[in-house]
Amino acid sequence: MVLGTIVAVLFYAATAILVLGLAYRIRLYARTPAPLKIPTTPAPVTRSGVVVRMAKEVVFFESLFKANKWTWLFGWVFHAALLLVVLRHLRYFTEPVWFWVNWVQPFGLYAGFAMVAGLAGLWMRRFTVERIRYISAPSDHLMLLLLIGIAATGLMMKYVAHTDIITLKAFVLGLMYFDWQPLPADPVLLIHLGLVLVLLLVFPFSKLLHAPGVFFSPGRNQVDNPREKRHVSPMPAALSANGQKAGGG
Amino acid sequence: MADYDIAEIAIPIDIPTLKRGAMAHSSPFVAAPEHQEALGFPGELVDDWHTRAIDKFGELLGSSRALQVYMDSCVKCGACTDKCHYFLGSGDPKNMPVARQDLMRKVYRRYFTLAGKFFPWLVGAADLTKDVLDDWYTYFHQCSQCRRCSVYCPYGIDTAEVSMAAREIMDHVGKGQKYCNEIIGKVHKIGNNLGLPEPALINTLEGLEEDIEEETGVKVRLPVNEKGADILLVTPSADFFAEPHVDGLIGYAKVFHQAGVSWTVSSYASEAANFALFIGSVEQMQQVAERIRKAAEDLGVKRIIFGECGHAWRVAYNFLNTLAGPFDFLDSNYPIPQHICEYTFDLIEKGALTLDKSANDHMTLTYHDSCNVARGSRMGDEPGGQFTIPRAIIKACCNNFVDMAADTINEATFCCGGGGGLLTDDLIELREKGAAPRMQALQEVVEDYGVTHMAAICAICKSQFAKVMPTYGIDMDRIVSVHQLVSNAIVLDGQTTGDVEQVQEMSTT
Repeated sequence: MVLGTIVAVLFYAATAILVLGLAYRIRLYARTPAPLKIPTTPAPVTRSGVVVRMAKEVVFFESLFKANKWTWLFGWVFHAALLLVVLRHLRYFTEPVWFWVNWVQPFGLYAGFAMVAGLAGLWMRRFTVERIRYISAPSDHLMLLLLIGIAATGLMMKYVAHTDIITLKAFVLGLMYFDWQPLPADPVLLIHLGLVLVLLLVFPFSKLLHAPGVFFSPGRNQVDNPREKRHVSPMPAALSANGQKAGGG
Repeated sequence: MADYDIAEIAIPIDIPTLKRGAMAHSSPFVAAPEHQEALGFPGELVDDWHTRAIDKFGELLGSSRALQVYMDSCVKCGACTDKCHYFLGSGDPKNMPVARQDLMRKVYRRYFTLAGKFFPWLVGAADLTKDVLDDWYTYFHQCSQCRRCSVYCPYGIDTAEVSMAAREIMDHVGKGQKYCNEIIGKVHKIGNNLGLPEPALINTLEGLEEDIEEETGVKVRLPVNEKGADILLVTPSADFFAEPHVDGLIGYAKVFHQAGVSWTVSSYASEAANFALFIGSVEQMQQVAERIRKAAEDLGVKRIIFGECGHAWRVAYNFLNTLAGPFDFLDSNYPIPQHICEYTFDLIEKGALTLDKSANDHMTLTYHDSCNVARGSRMGDEPGGQFTIPRAIIKACCNNFVDMAADTINEATFCCGGGGGLLTDDLIELREKGAAPRMQALQEVVEDYGVTHMAAICAICKSQFAKVMPTYGIDMDRIVSVHQLVSNAIVLDGQTTGDVEQVQEMSTT
């Protein structure tokens, strides 16, 4: 129970930091003015066109596909697999389990392997491609290692050393409803949860900010209509003496 | 010539292996105090440059969503690493877009992020030292702000925005670039980049009128400061006398003449270029843009049309309305502002121009998409009109046209190597190396399809190519203006000389 309590407190703290940190960052992006129209053209000329452009970017990584097929393949497989794995994990957070989570379940199991494969490919490129080796900082390697660790420990619990899934689910539901339950003292599980905690913590302070960032990128989210509609946004201090306020984007 | 070998880097280009420090020696002349102070910047590097630089950096982060988001979002995926023409031509790893950005991002991390404050070694954060500042000066003047990298970035991170911010910071600590700042000063003082005063301008245009009349027998006017004209033409000052630019200007004049509209250039705003874009100064950019509004108001025109100039069109198309608008005193039935290619294309569509394609039969053309037009603007109503409209004009004026390789045109176009405020002799090695990818694509169509000339719609591209093409074994007169082709093909009402040979000679000498 002591273990469960410690992990519970850590998870509350990490979740709070994740949510507050991301909220702060998103607020910062939203409130920072975009003084000029700078979409990378050709760009959509309507707002709905921008939604389509952004969807293609977020769902299919369109620009990355144009840039480099290997990086695209590994990156897209990793992200798609991560999504399936996260959705599959909803079964530990819902009772009764949502019907569509059951549909995802079989894919989610294979996705664990795909996730590791994608991450391994990305990491390999950091060593084998001279240009990418040059630009990689220690944190770039550690981030991949962290994600591989999470995926590998998850797979171990599924295929090598099962954990007590019933007790674990009771613990997770207890976390959500503030009715704390014991956590199985299983080393692989503890490593898995510990690494997830680290991921939540570093998210708002690292390059993982690309997740909210992509939606705020003026190069991608602006409508190409400067002649049709005058773009007005707060200008740098020297120009906005009258404190002109208007919507950006 | 310096100790580098263009033949070695030229053809064919593979993605180079890294040559660390290969371009570390290349940096432009620093602006003199008079050029700095004319723009309100400190004359030379101030004693407290470090504090001022960090303060300015913070200010820019707060006033530019792009900079803030781009500093945070890079994941070092490497998508951009082989996309920059300066990297491809030089192999210097700091010319990889992500590495160039990181010169600034490492400072951002150190001073503006928790991770960089506490664990600099982990995230690649670094203090802003004098060496780092010098690196900024060197490598942010090896970016032509062409945005090619931003096409391939999964987050749309635009190195142009980063290099503009870096130059803005350097200007504010007294380390500006001579070429750009001196030119912006000239625009403020005289009205154009070249420092061409009103009498010289009038004289030049009168000379062109005489040339055209001699050539065609038709009196085509090139008016200056004509009040009440319908159209104000704002064109790069190189169009007034540089080759092949001036042949393009003759083309615009003939098109206006044939359309039967009244038009004028302004001696007050006798320059389309706005080099303030290159130094990232919105204040300067606005001042330069305001001249055009004032000229339009003073002359009482109904429309503004821009001549062939790449970055000027980006500023005009995207920023003019924001910086100097609204333009509700102009005729809203026409795009404000309009590109000369849009104007000519519209007349061609309507069948209002008689074009004799055979006048250009001595050439086989290809077309160089200028970066600021391709990736920073539009023409017409549809996305991508900036690619189709100039080509449609060329095809309407020429029988022989071939595009270069698909990954070197349209949104994937390679910079000429001289954009972004780098068109200066103190950067000639960089310009020659940066032109390599474009020169390779050109040489391919020369060999495969017998292409003889390359057309462009940017004054910088034209000047840059005229300068560097000989290095690659291509004659400097192989770069032509799009409206030079129009000028050759157009048949004016009452034209007395139908002699194609003579028309050619006029337009290529």
